[in-house]
Amino acid sequence: MASVAKEWREIPGRYNLKGTKCENCGRIFFPKRDFCPVCRRQSLGKIKEHPVSRVGEVFTYTVIYDAPDCNNRMKPYAAAMVRTDDGVMVTGQLVDVDLDKIEIGMRVRAVLRKLDEDGANGVIHYGFKFVPEN
Amino acid sequence: METGIVSYGAYVPRYRIKPEEIGRIWGVDGKAMGKGLMINQKSVPSPDEDVVTIATEAARYMMARVPEVDPGDIGAIYVGSESHPYAVKPTATIVAESIDATPAMTAADMEFACKAGTAGIQACMGLVGSGMIRYGVAIGADTSQGAPGDALEYSASAGGAAYLIGSENVIARINKTLSFTTDTPDFWRREGQPYPLHGGRFTGEPAYFRHITSAAKMMFDAMGTTAADYEHAVFHQPNGKFPTRVSKQLGFSPEQIQYGLLTPDIGNTYSGAVPLGLANVLDHAEPGDRIFVTSYGSGAGSDAFDITVTDAIKDYKRDRAPVLESILANPVYVDYGTYAKYKGKIVMPE
Repeated sequence: MASVAKEWREIPGRYNLKGTKCENCGRIFFPKRDFCPVCRRQSLGKIKEHPVSRVGEVFTYTVIYDAPDCNNRMKPYAAAMVRTDDGVMVTGQLVDVDLDKIEIGMRVRAVLRKLDEDGANGVIHYGFKFVPEN
Repeated sequence: METGIVSYGAYVPRYRIKPEEIGRIWGVDGKAMGKGLMINQKSVPSPDEDVVTIATEAARYMMARVPEVDPGDIGAIYVGSESHPYAVKPTATIVAESIDATPAMTAADMEFACKAGTAGIQACMGLVGSGMIRYGVAIGADTSQGAPGDALEYSASAGGAAYLIGSENVIARINKTLSFTTDTPDFWRREGQPYPLHGGRFTGEPAYFRHITSAAKMMFDAMGTTAADYEHAVFHQPNGKFPTRVSKQLGFSPEQIQYGLLTPDIGNTYSGAVPLGLANVLDHAEPGDRIFVTSYGSGAGSDAFDITVTDAIKDYKRDRAPVLESILANPVYVDYGTYAKYKGKIVMPE
């Protein structure tokens, strides 16, 4: 069973794509970072929460046939790298889409879906997946 | 204080199954079953969808249409459902987090069979009307249960709608609400049981029809109105047949329920049914339109609402989220095997 506390800490990113932004250089980080690897100590105190745009386009994608247990009722399924409208690369599952109609450049948006659950008695993990924008 | 609907959002999963496909598995004339129930198809949730994700999608659409509303001003969130994913651990807190409404707010999950969503609207009206909160969110959503082979399997579906209740910039004023409630055991599901049981024909006259007509007549008396005073009407819709019959009994014409009746195309979304029907009416409503709404929850009770659409709907940013017509367009049909897999009816190894 995954740590409940670890999953809980990741809620802002998983539900609402909340990352961070270095106000020294303007870089956006997702998942969030508390420190800018470029500005280093100059970023101290200048890392602010930044909600990443929930819309963007497919940068590249792959179709997965050998799925982990959490997805064995959804295979085959697509996973995509999505470039959000504020330029951040986010990786997530692409659902509610016909696999043969996925195209690079296709507009998508993030929605909340079930990612996994710790068995029938455990916690349910929710997080973002992508669906076609319209 | 006057209260009403400030915004709304609706969501229905994209998958559908037809009654003839369900009948094919159980050796029943599914087409005749669908015709009797007035159900052409029903919605099916994807394996990664549940009440949390449906309620969240509806709530995000609701908030997208009112960018001027600060989610921090939401003081209460109530999610009504028969299929909350947890027995203990609220759906409402997950939805609240997903729309950035936490933490200065109250939240709770509600259950009153198919009317928990409208009960949430009433609770929010009370809190807003008394000045305790600025905005309240009431959601009705379900991934309904129906035992395999039972008549309910032909109708039980998935979907939901969310309502932002407030007193400023309301697009639809709620002129009055009242309820008719008794102890009538027509449909129930015991703790830990996967499927509900029902009283068959007992769910009709002494249950659905008595409660809806009683609440509706109480509303007519209180407002001094008749069916002719309303442009639209929405009734609980466990199938297409019941709301069609009850609306006729109360004097409404088929035109008055045309937008409020979605069950023939999406099935019975339980707690989502009346909220979705009302959302479709609001998608088409004009300023000044008067809407008559009566929900029904087994066990049993009906909540009635008399609503007037205001001029504010002209400036309402409805197109910032999809309307139901576009949400329901281009469904994907699944066979019974896929349906059983998606609904988790097949036992998998842990």
